[in-house]
Amino acid sequence: MSGGGTGYLHSGLPKPVPAPDGLDAPFWEGVAEGKLKLQRCRACGRWQWGPEWICHNCHSDDLVFEEVPPVGRIYSFERVWHPVHPALKNQGPYIVVLVEFPEHDQARIVGNLLGDPHQDVVIGDEVHAVFEHHQDEDPAFTLVQWQVA
Amino acid sequence: MERSLRGTVAIAGVGETAYYKRGQAPDAEFKLALMAVLAACEDAGISPKQVDGFASFSNDRSDPSRLAAALGIHDLRFANMQWGGGGGGGSGALANAAAAVATGMAECVVVFRALAQGQFGRFGQGPVRNAISGDGAHTVPYGLMSPAQSFAMKVKRFMHEHGVEQSALRALSLASYHHAQNNPRAVMYGRPLTEEKYDDSRWIVEPFHLFDCCLENDGAAAMVVVPAQRAKDYAHKPTYLLGAVSGSHYRAGASVHNAPDYATSTFKTCAPRLYDMAQVGPGDVDVLQCYENFTGGVLMSIVEHGFCEPDECNEFLVKENLVAPDGKLPTNTSGGNLAECYMHGLGLNIEAVRQIRGESSNQVEDVDVSMVVSGPMVTPVSSCIFGTEATL
Repeated sequence: MSGGGTGYLHSGLPKPVPAPDGLDAPFWEGVAEGKLKLQRCRACGRWQWGPEWICHNCHSDDLVFEEVPPVGRIYSFERVWHPVHPALKNQGPYIVVLVEFPEHDQARIVGNLLGDPHQDVVIGDEVHAVFEHHQDEDPAFTLVQWQVA
Repeated sequence: MERSLRGTVAIAGVGETAYYKRGQAPDAEFKLALMAVLAACEDAGISPKQVDGFASFSNDRSDPSRLAAALGIHDLRFANMQWGGGGGGGSGALANAAAAVATGMAECVVVFRALAQGQFGRFGQGPVRNAISGDGAHTVPYGLMSPAQSFAMKVKRFMHEHGVEQSALRALSLASYHHAQNNPRAVMYGRPLTEEKYDDSRWIVEPFHLFDCCLENDGAAAMVVVPAQRAKDYAHKPTYLLGAVSGSHYRAGASVHNAPDYATSTFKTCAPRLYDMAQVGPGDVDVLQCYENFTGGVLMSIVEHGFCEPDECNEFLVKENLVAPDGKLPTNTSGGNLAECYMHGLGLNIEAVRQIRGESSNQVEDVDVSMVVSGPMVTPVSSCIFGTEATL
């Protein structure tokens, strides 16, 4: 872990909170319990992410957040060098991954790839989720990070 | 009756303020907007009081009614904002202005963009606040928060899928800097770039070096759109609009990087519509201005506008192909967003007009068809094609 806190990145970045309209609240409730929940349409079965108020496929509003196995594949990635936020000033390079869930209609989420920030990253590699809890922050939050299987 | 913008309007005048590094403009952003409008009207040889409409993009802060009041305009008929997409709205704003003029809603519309990043905040910085909600909650806490970081993810995937090498991105940067050395307006005039300097420059976010990224500037740019029937009443050789389109593909706006077709400049559906309207093909394009937020976006735009196949990028995107006057596809001949000025891309539309007129500082010979691509990788994007009278 990098210094400055208990997370992959130094503390001080904006903390994620549920949208005021509640759209993604079940996602954040899930990750706080160590569960990765994405949105699924109960009418047609389609998965979608980011969350919407209706299903993009059949337009039903009968949507639920359903748990998915915390395993995905690296769809793309980037190694960031230039800090664009004061909290990252002394961070050094870090890796952001775009993780795809091929079994769940190719839904994708963003996270960091844990481990050496200089590591070689291979698109297509399987990665496992690591729930990074920040209980002592105000407000408390949980990030979903990733580790090569 | 055929419904098309082709040949219905002309660009009577273009103008810009001096271009400044962010924070160095001596004037307020709203005054910069006024100065660009005045410059474009002077170029056209018209009184600014003849202007009866404004079109802009990316939530430009210079309100059309305030501009009309400041300029003493008698009859404001059109006030239009292209919704969303940042610099992807440049040619879209022109399309909207053209639609208004072509249909008789207005007679003389100014398309403009005024931007003083030094006065209102830099595009390249992340948000500093305690908490974040909405789409940003799913990216910002992971350190993905700037445009460079958002778009590097797409470009990395495209390079992976098609075996594109860093040299292709470098060639685009070298071409822009090469052209800027002949353009006294360019912020990077007198500051040439070499392969070595590019290779040695720091990473911003892989695969973008410093020189793959646009500038952050202060200034303003404007162009005057009039009916084609009156194109010859103005001071310069007429520049006609052959086509202008905007839009995006299926679920391009799906949040948290979930567009199903992800590694794209967003032009796959727009480019065919543009060529269809303009009644030209990529082989007819004499010179290209292609928005460089980041070189990777230029690369994908060039592919998606049909100038090379995705798997030919390494061979096609070499400096000699991209520089005026003799390259196969002279690109960003003013220095563009990398080296002339980042006026949110509207400077590219002005340069495209100058190429039609024969007034570029890197003039390509015998230009009849001059194309602009605005703001790749966002949604909606836009692009347009200008032509000489011979193309009508």
